Amino acid sequence: MASLINALSMLLILTNFRLLGASRLGSCIQTVAIQAVLLGLLPVLANPQMPVRAMLVLAGMTFVKAVVLPTLVRRSAREVQVRGEIEPLIGFTLSLLAGVGMLGVGIAASRRMALSAQYASPLLVAVAIFTILTGIFLIVARKKAITQVLGYLVMENGIYSFGMAYAVHETFLVEMGILLDVWALVFIMGIAIHDIHSAFDHIDTDRLSTLKE
Amino acid sequence: MVLSSMFLFLASLFILAAGAALSLIPVSGKGGGHGSILAAAGSGLAAFSAILSLFGGGWDRSWPWSIPMGSIHIGMDGLSAFFVVPIAAISSLAAVYGRGYLKEEGDGRRASGSWFFYNILILSMLLVVCARSGLLFLVAWELMSLSSFFLVMFHREKEEVVRAGLTYLVATHLGTALLLVMFLLLDRGGMEFSRFGLEGGSAAVVFVLAVAGFGTKAGLIPMHVWLPEAHPAAPSHVSAVMSGVMIKTGIYGILRVLTFLGPPLPWWGWLLLLTGAVSGILGVLFALAQHDLKRLLAYHSVENIGIITLGLGSGILGLSFGSTAIAVLGLGGGLLHVVNHAVFKSLLFMGAGSVAHAAGTLKIDRMGGLLRRMPMTGGTFLAGSAAISGLPPLNGFVSEFLIFCAGFTAVVSRGPLLPAGAVAIASLALIGGLASACFTKAFGIIFLGEPRTQRVSGSRESSKAMVVPMVILAGLCMVLGLAAPWLFPFLAPALSALLPEGFAVELPGWAAESLQGVAGLGGVLIFLVLVLVLFRAFLLKGRGVRRSDTWGCGYLAPNPRMQYTASSYAWPTVNMFRMFLRPVRVVEDPEGFLPASAALKSHTPDVFLEGFYVPLFLWVRRAASLLRWMHQGQTHYYVLYIALTALVFLAWRLW
Repeated sequence: MASLINALSMLLILTNFRLLGASRLGSCIQTVAIQAVLLGLLPVLANPQMPVRAMLVLAGMTFVKAVVLPTLVRRSAREVQVRGEIEPLIGFTLSLLAGVGMLGVGIAASRRMALSAQYASPLLVAVAIFTILTGIFLIVARKKAITQVLGYLVMENGIYSFGMAYAVHETFLVEMGILLDVWALVFIMGIAIHDIHSAFDHIDTDRLSTLKE
Repeated sequence: MVLSSMFLFLASLFILAAGAALSLIPVSGKGGGHGSILAAAGSGLAAFSAILSLFGGGWDRSWPWSIPMGSIHIGMDGLSAFFVVPIAAISSLAAVYGRGYLKEEGDGRRASGSWFFYNILILSMLLVVCARSGLLFLVAWELMSLSSFFLVMFHREKEEVVRAGLTYLVATHLGTALLLVMFLLLDRGGMEFSRFGLEGGSAAVVFVLAVAGFGTKAGLIPMHVWLPEAHPAAPSHVSAVMSGVMIKTGIYGILRVLTFLGPPLPWWGWLLLLTGAVSGILGVLFALAQHDLKRLLAYHSVENIGIITLGLGSGILGLSFGSTAIAVLGLGGGLLHVVNHAVFKSLLFMGAGSVAHAAGTLKIDRMGGLLRRMPMTGGTFLAGSAAISGLPPLNGFVSEFLIFCAGFTAVVSRGPLLPAGAVAIASLALIGGLASACFTKAFGIIFLGEPRTQRVSGSRESSKAMVVPMVILAGLCMVLGLAAPWLFPFLAPALSALLPEGFAVELPGWAAESLQGVAGLGGVLIFLVLVLVLFRAFLLKGRGVRRSDTWGCGYLAPNPRMQYTASSYAWPTVNMFRMFLRPVRVVEDPEGFLPASAALKSHTPDVFLEGFYVPLFLWVRRAASLLRWMHQGQTHYYVLYIALTALVFLAWRLW
């Protein structure tokens, strides 16, 4: 089992790097969906004797994260007719290098944390921290409001895997709470992006600084 | 008895909450609907419940609260009840007065909104003095600060009102910040008052925080700067409540914290004594130099808070040196002065409000001759002035007399407390003299002489709603002064909450006797005045009385501008103390043999505001502007700041 979990963790790392390096919005959304699927598989692999109810909850959450939210994001992107390119504030090469640094921070931090869950690997903690940092990085270093939404989704994925490394059953509880937040966030962002677009004719958040006091 | 006291108290809280809710429904009437009636009724009921509890014993009740460390734990012991009585009674009278006052302001919508905050203010003040858990206390404290802030901002279209309101808001929150730290230091789990307790070094820290934090609300120098700004800006019934009772919650706070800290150290008493003396003397000096009536009264609040603190300080010194007589006299005098000041200060602020409406200004030097036009306001203002100056047979004298007694006991004992007694006596005497000077100025210029403006000469007495509360308060000044020897049973429960077990809570026999003597002399004095009045009426019977200008002095064409002004009356004293007051005087001397023009301007800014707080906050602003580059207005950067902060904390926890 541990080797499977490690393999999944490696895949998660790769998705993060793809997020950092992707130049197309479509592939970014796709990667977020893949990440959600991977995270959905993780607890099943770790604990095959999972009760059916937990299974159902997990399936529902994965469906929301892998299908519903990406569809919503994709649709609002289409509605406001953003061009397909990601507009980075920090270049893709530099982003990938920063990714390496963040992975390093994650590994260093995971070594410092004492683990309690029976199936968690130190690698999973490192990946969790890396994913959270990647999400924040996407929020900070990308221009469009839509990429910021994606950043929040990625960050949520990171928090979820972090919770999984530490708790067994409560993790779903925490997850559902956060998922609700992100769900609301995606909706609000969708509406807000639409409104910002119609008001300003663009959704570049770095040009919204006129709103400051 | 106990149960009914609690029931009545809870009912009064409910009525006040209902009053606040009802005030939100817009009403067409000018005075602002039913909010004022419910405020008056609710606070009257609260006063009654506290009196019941003073005689029937305290109560304590707790309800769970779904907030971490929170429980709705309220109780009424002697100390709480003693503060509830003036808070509720004055609020009730001020609500009646305010109804008339706001009617004259003539903005029903705004008045209605202000009654919402008025009800909340009373509710929160009652909760502050009855809270038994730290969180509830802080929540009530904050509610009190915010609701009074909104009340101050009644005339928010005026720039100086906004400025005053913001000064108050900043000051009160700086104070609350100190209190927050203090409660965290005191906390021993659950934030329950009953479990608070500290000894040694941290007790000293807590005490200093309490004096600074609560002192800000009370208006002790040098934390008083918000008082002279906020009180003139607020509507008069609000000033009456804020100055009369709200600032006393600061005094309550200091006393309540003292009960957590075990036996007091001598330097605590010295700290209170000296702060009180400085507040008292500087407060009255600044009051003397003011030209604005309500500003003058605000500085007198600083002075009276000083007197209260002076009394408490000598009482605590008595406690720490084991002298029952000094402890009882000092603490008792301080506590009694809380009530007395509440009575006469709210009376004076109400009088100031009537005068302001009649004269259309608060500038003392533009009034004059109002006594003939507003006899009730003038008469009650005179009673308040005499009381605040500490003259017998009115109530101000009694409490100051008790503090004097504490001072003399200390001096006569020739023990280590001799210097403390000397300080108390000397500063009280100086304060009393200066206060008399200040109020002869205020009363003389406002009410005597001739009107200085057209508007003043056409002014009339205020409405009944405004006059009746003032008459009641003036009567209370008299009654509290004459009934002083029998007031001690009201004080005793509060005192026994403050004094440790084993201290006998009773007045020394000689002090009780001299109080009776004072009361008796007061009675004789009043009798003599009555006889003289009757004698005058008898002599004047059947004779014509000719009315003439005051200060006629044989001028052929006297003119109101020839009258003595308040500024010139006060100048010799102000000049004598110019070292502390730093008055600014701009003189344009008359020139030549037939001078065409000459001018004199004087004003006295607050030394602490101009010399300390303004530079301090300018410095803070300069320091803060160094960080302006961080404020980019872009979401990216703000998320980055949050992320970096989180990372720093992560690293800090891990390494």
